[in-house]
Formats: sequence, C-alpha cells, structure tokens
Amino acid sequence: MNKKFGIREVVAIGIGTALFVVLTEIQIPIGIPNTYLQPRMAVMAFLAAVFGPVVGGVIGLLGHALGDALFYGGVWWSWVFPEVIVGAGIGLLSKSYKVLEGEFDRRAAIRFNLVQIIANALAWILLAPVLDILIYAEPANKVFIQGAFAFLGNIIIIGVLGTILLFAYSRVAGKSGSLTKED
Amino acid sequence: MEPIIEFTDFTFRYRAQKEPSLFGINLKIYPGEKILIAGPSGSGKSTLAHCINGLIPGSLPGEITGSLTVAGLNPEKAGVFGMSKKVGTVLQDTDGQFIGLTVAEDIAFALENDCVPQEEMFRRVDRAAEMVQMRDHLDRSPAELSGGQKQRVSLGGVLVDNVEILLFDEPLANLDPAAGKRTISLIDEISRDQKVTVLIIEHRIEDVLYKDVDRIIVINDGRILADARPDELLCSDVLMEQGMREPLYVTAIKHAGCRIRPEDRPQHIEQMNLEPYRGAVLNWFENTPAPPARPAADTVLEMEQVCFGYSEKHQILKNVGFRIRKGEMVSLVGQNGAGKSTLASLICGFYQPDSGRILLSGEDIAPLSIKERGERIGLVMQSPNQMISKPMITEEVGLGLTVRGVSEEEVRERVEDTLRICGLYPMRNWPISALSFGQKKRVSIASILVMNPEILILDEPTAGQDYRHYTEIMEFLRGLNRETGLTILMITHDMHLMLEYTDRALVLTGGELIGDRTPAEILTDPEITERASLKKTSLYDLALKCGISDPAAFAHRFILYERSLRQTASGQGREVQ
Amino acid sequence: MAKLLSYEEKGTWIHRLSGITKLIFFLIWCALSALTYDTRILLVMIMISLIAFACSRTKWKQVGSVFRVIMVFMVLNLAAIFIMSPEQGCVIYGTRKVLFYIAGHYYMTREQLFYMFNVMIKYFTVIPAVFIFLVTTNPSELAASMNRVGVPYTISYALSIALRYIPDVQGDFHRIRNAQEARGIEMSAKARLGERIRRTASIIFPLLFSSMERIEVVSNAMELRSFGKNKKRTWYAMKPLGRNDRLVLIGTVLFFIAGIVITYADGSRFWAYWL
Repeated sequence: MNKKFGIREVVAIGIGTALFVVLTEIQIPIGIPNTYLQPRMAVMAFLAAVFGPVVGGVIGLLGHALGDALFYGGVWWSWVFPEVIVGAGIGLLSKSYKVLEGEFDRRAAIRFNLVQIIANALAWILLAPVLDILIYAEPANKVFIQGAFAFLGNIIIIGVLGTILLFAYSRVAGKSGSLTKED
Repeated sequence: MEPIIEFTDFTFRYRAQKEPSLFGINLKIYPGEKILIAGPSGSGKSTLAHCINGLIPGSLPGEITGSLTVAGLNPEKAGVFGMSKKVGTVLQDTDGQFIGLTVAEDIAFALENDCVPQEEMFRRVDRAAEMVQMRDHLDRSPAELSGGQKQRVSLGGVLVDNVEILLFDEPLANLDPAAGKRTISLIDEISRDQKVTVLIIEHRIEDVLYKDVDRIIVINDGRILADARPDELLCSDVLMEQGMREPLYVTAIKHAGCRIRPEDRPQHIEQMNLEPYRGAVLNWFENTPAPPARPAADTVLEMEQVCFGYSEKHQILKNVGFRIRKGEMVSLVGQNGAGKSTLASLICGFYQPDSGRILLSGEDIAPLSIKERGERIGLVMQSPNQMISKPMITEEVGLGLTVRGVSEEEVRERVEDTLRICGLYPMRNWPISALSFGQKKRVSIASILVMNPEILILDEPTAGQDYRHYTEIMEFLRGLNRETGLTILMITHDMHLMLEYTDRALVLTGGELIGDRTPAEILTDPEITERASLKKTSLYDLALKCGISDPAAFAHRFILYERSLRQTASGQGREVQ
Repeated sequence: MAKLLSYEEKGTWIHRLSGITKLIFFLIWCALSALTYDTRILLVMIMISLIAFACSRTKWKQVGSVFRVIMVFMVLNLAAIFIMSPEQGCVIYGTRKVLFYIAGHYYMTREQLFYMFNVMIKYFTVIPAVFIFLVTTNPSELAASMNRVGVPYTISYALSIALRYIPDVQGDFHRIRNAQEARGIEMSAKARLGERIRRTASIIFPLLFSSMERIEVVSNAMELRSFGKNKKRTWYAMKPLGRNDRLVLIGTVLFFIAGIVITYADGSRFWAYWL
C-alpha cells in the first residue's frame, strides 16, 4: 500500500481523471451490439499500477461519473462504483510492478493481469449486476449478460492495451544500463 | 550591505550521479540586484536555481558541501515550503504552472495553501493582479489567455506572497518575440517598484538585455566562468566560447575586427557609442560578398487563395497564397493565434479549406486522405514525446511503413538508410529511453523521413529548447536540407531560427499573409515586424547607425558570413555519431 | 470533436446556489429516481426538474447534442430489456394481461409496457438534473464547497485539476491523433481486433507519456507554491451558503423522505395503477 499521499498523487488523480474523461471518446466496437472496448479503462489501470490504489480508485469514481455525465448526460451509478473496485484493486499491488523503476517484467505483467481479472470479475460479474438489480430493478438475465460482456471487454482491453502501455512506459521512461554504439 | 544570497564553497552532487553538478561555487547577490544567469544546457544553471528555491535537496536529493544562505535561511533546513515565502519561482512551462481554473484562483493558490482568510485573499489578489496587469481578466480561464498572459498570472501568483527574490527559469522559452519583450519590461518594472531581487536564467541574452541587468553570471560545467557587468562581459568572448549567442550587433562588430570597449556601453544598441566602430563595420559590409541569387526550382507546395474558419463569423485564414520551391527552407512566423498551426493542419488534411486550393507538385490534394497526404507531407510535432510510441528506435522509425504493409525486408532497409542519414545508425539497437532530447527529436524526424516525404513541416522545432539543443536540432535540419535537398517548412516564433536558418519567411497575422520575403528583409522592416509582433533584429539598428543604407543586405551578409564560419568549423570537427 | 457540456454564467438564482447544494440535489435526485418505481413520484420529479431547468435558462443548444446521445442509449437499453426479459414486468407486478402477441415467446403485456414506461421516465427525471448541475455549477466553487462538507481537500483539489486540464488534454489528444494518423496509424481502419488495439496503443502512448510529464511539472509547480503544507486550506472561490441554499437543501431532503415513505408505504417499491 502507498501510505504517503502526496502532491504527486493528487495531481495524478487530476490529470488521470482528465485523461479518462477525454478518452471516453474512443470506443472500439468488437462486433457485439452495445459492447465496446474502452481504452480509458487501460489508462486507469496503468495509472493505478503506477500510483497505487487510492489514485486508481478515485480516478475510477470521478472519471466515470464525470465522463458519463459530460458525454452521455447521465450517470449510471451501479456502474460507477464497480469502477472504483477495478482501479483500487489493480493499485493494491502497485509497489510490486515497479513501472517507474523500469523493471516491469513478465512476472509483474502476470501479477498485474491476475489482479485485474479478479478485480474486473468482482466488479462486473458480481457488483454491477447486483447493484443494477437492487437499485434499478433491472431484469436479472439482462444485467448479468451485460456484466459478463463488460467483464470480457475490460479484461481484454486492460490485458492487452494496459499491459502494452506498462511495458512500453517502463522501457521508455525507466533507467537504462550501459549501451555501446555499433558500426 | 549584507548579501541576500550567498554561496560559499558550495558543491552539490545529485544522489544518482557520480560527479557533482556544482563545484565550489562562491557567489554573492545583493538585495535589489537584477542578475542574468546564462549557461548552456547541463551547465548547472538550473541546479543552481533549484538550490535557491529549496527543491534541492527537498525534492531532488543529493549531497551538499559548503554553505548557502538565502534571505537569512538555509534552504536545506527551510525546505521547499519555507523557501517559497522568500523565493518566488516562475517556470518556463506556462500551462504546467497555471493550476487554477481562473486567473484569480491561480494567483490566490499560494494564499489558499497558507489558509489566508478569504477577505484578505481578495485584497492581495487584486493588488498582485494589478502589478502584472491582469486586473481586468480575473475571471478568465487559462484557455482564454495567451502564453504571455499566462506567464504574467504565474508571476502574479508568486508576487502575491511578498517574496524577496524572484527566480525566472527560461521565461522566454515559450513566448513570441513581442510577448517576450513585454515580459522583460514587466520584470524590470517589478524589480524596481517592488525592490525585489531578480534572477533570470536564460540563454536568449540579447532579449533579456532589452532592459538593464546589473550582472551577468556565466556558468558551465558546474563552475562560474564569468561574473561581470553586461558592458564588460559583452566585450569578452566568454559567451561565444561557451557556445552561447551574443547579441547579434556585438557579434557583427567583432566580425568587423573590432575589440569592443566597456566604456562604449554595448549593453543596448540604442545607447551604444558606435563612433569607434563605424568605419570597420562599413568596411566589413563592403568587403563581404553579397549572397548569390538562388536558381529557381520547381514548386513543391502551393497555396491558392485559401480561406478557412471554424464558423462563418470567425475566419482564421483569409486568402492565403504562396509557393514553396524544391529544396527551400522556409519559416512560417506570426504571433500566437495568427493561424500558423491551422495552416499546417489544412496542408496535412486535418481540416478542409472553405475555399481555395492546395497543390502538391502541381496536383490538387483535396481528394487525398490524411494518411495519403502523410506519405508525401511529413509533419513533425513540437515535442518528440508527442510522437514516440514504441520503446525501440528501429520499431519507432519503421512504424509508418509497417502499418502501410511494406515488406519486412524493405522496412529494415529503409529504416537503416534513414538512421544513417539522421546519424542514429550506431544507436539503432538502443531503447529510446537511452537517448537525449535532441536525439529523440531526431528519431521523431527520422520516423517521418522514412516515408520519403516531398516536404517536411515542423511545428515549433525549437520551442522550449536551450541553445545547445536548439543548435543541434537546427544544424541537423540544415544538413538534411543541404545533403538530400529536402524541402522544409518550419512554424516558429523564434527570430534567430528564422534569420539564421531559413531562406525565406512567410509572415501571417490575423489570418492574412503580410510578408513573403527573405528573413533579413522581414526583420529589418519596421512595419511588418510591428504588425506581426516580431522583433526587429538589432542588426537593423547597427546598420542604420553605421550609415549603411540597406540594412536588409547587411543582415543577409552577416548571416551568410556566420554560416560559412559554422561550416568551416563543422567541416573540421565534424561530429561522427 | 465532441462538444462537452460546460459551465455558463447566467446569473439566475440556480446559478447563484452553492455548488454543493446542486451536487447534493443531484445525488439525492439520482438516488430517489433509482429507488422509486412509483410512477406518481417520478412524474412529480419530472415536473420539478423541468421547472428548475426552465429557471436555469439553459438553452437547448447547450445540451441538445448530448440529449440525442442519451435518447439513443435509452432506446437501446429498453430494447435490451424487452429482448432479454419480455416478462420482467409480470414478475414485478405479479399480474399478466396480454395486449398483443408479437412472435416466438414474445408477448406485449400491460405489465411489461408499464414497467418499461417507468424505466423510461426515470431517464427524464435525471436528465434535466444532470444538465442543470453541469451548466450552472461554477467548477471553482464546487471544489471549495465539497471540501467544506468533509471531502478531503486533496480529493476536491484533484477534481479541480481534472476540470482545469480536460481542455488541455483533449487538445493534446486531438493533435497527437492527427499526427499519428498522418503517419498512417488510424484507429478507424478496418483491421483485426489485435491490430486495432496495437494502433490504439500507438496513439494513446504518446498522450500518456506527455501526461506523465505534465504530472511532474504540475506537482513541482504546486509544491513550489506550498500545496499540501497545512492540514486545511482556504478557498478563493468559496461562497457562503445562503438562504436559498438552505431552502433547496431542506426541500430536497424532505422530498426524498416523503418519496421513500410513499414508495415503500405498501411494502413494495413498485406502484401500478391497476393494483
């Protein structure tokens, strides 16, 4: 856990939320009606992995609520709260990913993906449909199907795009050892 | 008088580095002084500034020996927060430090963090806004402000705290010349009216010297190399030796074979006594060959009566027309909001013109998609970080070909050729993280060049760069232009770049093209420079004061002479990377 | 380019309300709208929302494009409900009156129609509230008032930073996307999913990288100006709660309680005119 909540974390939430909101614009269709891959999820996962659970969770909350309100004019609360679980969940192991140190390796990637799958399962297969039923009295089979698709879409986008971003950032921003010029 | 800043045998080494970044610094600065700190990148001048405002060792840890006192405090003990009451820092990134949602809130930011009651805050914000001439814009959001205005707000945000020392980190880096001039005047006014001590870190020495400074301190390799009044310093060659730009008129007089004496007050061309030098300058002018006429080549890019606006009322470009010939290096200048970036966006196809035509090698490109244009018109963005998306150099440079389905074999070949041209071949297997900023810039240029575009458009290629990076990038582009005949169009507000590196300048103002001539002619034309917020070159004043009737020819010969010197120099010690 | 909803100063009494009043109203409104299936309460809520919307003098062109997006979503959601659960209404209300037969196992029942009508009008209770909140709330003041009701100032300031930098990040995003498209990296291209995601990565990575740099610069700038020095901070844009704020807050809370009591009075949150 990241105990010290400093200025950098506050700014990361702010800029991260801005990124999340802006990227609401990109939705990649995957051929199933009304279901899209959301690159913004991957960015939230990235920031959670770098800055920890609080940053991840709050970006999920503010970003989802604000993004939906600004782009879609409504806030579907039963899908906002699960987002917090995903962001915070992925951030829990942020210390062990070592992204900024440039040491995000295959083992870290496996850990990251296990965590994101568990967090997404909790969020979309369990929490979101249950909230949908309790709060909005939506039909159970509909919300569980929607939840399953959301789960699928999110683990794909975080698993592929999130992992690519983490590897790339870790390699671009991290330290590098000694290199020699070749002829 | 007691010094307000005193370094005594001060040495600092960053924790991650082997060698100290500052060595045995001894420096005294007295209350009310206005000091210019100049030095190339990596010289230690920013490190010096960070020691004064407490970021070192507070946020940037390392090892200190010797002592430092700033306004009676030891920054090491007082920390960033303690020092912020005494030292106000204005950074070069005008957007990064504008944190508030409005002008008033941004100025109030430090007061809010100090729990100052609201009533008092209103009063103090009003006063600070008054000082920086932003009193009428308190409710504006940063999106509604120009770069210069944002910077004035940042200045207000530190003045609100009654600081004793103002520290400016490259304040001119992101401003157009007119805004830069205004900033320097404002700093001057505040330093006199508020009796604060001012430290300006800049390499644009001539622009800072627009208003008097008390001393110039030259730093390189972590050591102070000179500490003198401007009039004295300009007489020496220390700036040139350290790879920095002297005021152009000073260099010109030196080229004429004169030794400048401090008593002639070379700090400002307007007040300088030129009597002793006039003859030599005239003589030099007459004996320097005039530039050869350029043979006319085919037209690569042509704009015909192009109009564009986001809405009917708000026209951004009005009947813009010009031609760019093969092998030319052309600059597109004008103040912020003049329509420069919009013009580039139209050429690249991000927007469509409302009327008029854009021709590429004689062909109307209206039907071409962004991607198709991208193969023929290369666009390089301001910062390489806005373009680089792969961790390895070869992957990044080859990306544009790979996504176009070019065979692996051909991609490899073309990438290697491009890397050779760009001097990156020996580093081809490196990760991009290992490159310097200038090298990254070359990678982003290489990733465009690999597609063999007919013309290269660069957006602010040197914005925010210090002189060394600036020269590195520009010399690279000039070499490309000379060796491969590549046509280059640069969007810039940097007068030096325009004058020293381009053959022709297009001047946009308010969406209209008001000039299309050589940079020397543009920058010696008082009317155009005034209308387009450019800055007249000091060579103009020098020429007139020396009785030369054609200042443009003087400026032109000066630039060619400089180029020939640079070529001889680079011919001797050519960097092979 | 998506046009985001944004604050516009118009000086009505709704604009003058504190941000936190509008936030609380908005949250309570969302909660009540979600919880109740009492058509009468929902209709009253729509009335109140529309009156408030009119009072705020919000122009159609400020919100029209977003409204159309919501309508599309609403229709899709209703269709999904019907396709996947055509009998949901009967389950809820415990009765079944077939209006007409459609096809397969799909019948249109009075219960389903009424249930879906309720789901639909729920949208209309909340939409005006969202619009009012977004276009009449001064973002500066919102952070200040959130801090006052107990949200840590770090979090409320983070929201303020988000609102400050959304336009900048959006500008960066569009510039980067254009430049990458010129290099041939298009998101819209017809390509396999994996390839599509890789291209998206090529566009998002530079944006993310620039944003990480921005985080660095903004943090330094904030530290140099003492952010986080004290446990509390004051706010330039803070407004005291006025009489109208108190009236609105009390009214909203009372309405919420009344709504809940009426909704659950008969032990079920569902109301139907035939029961």
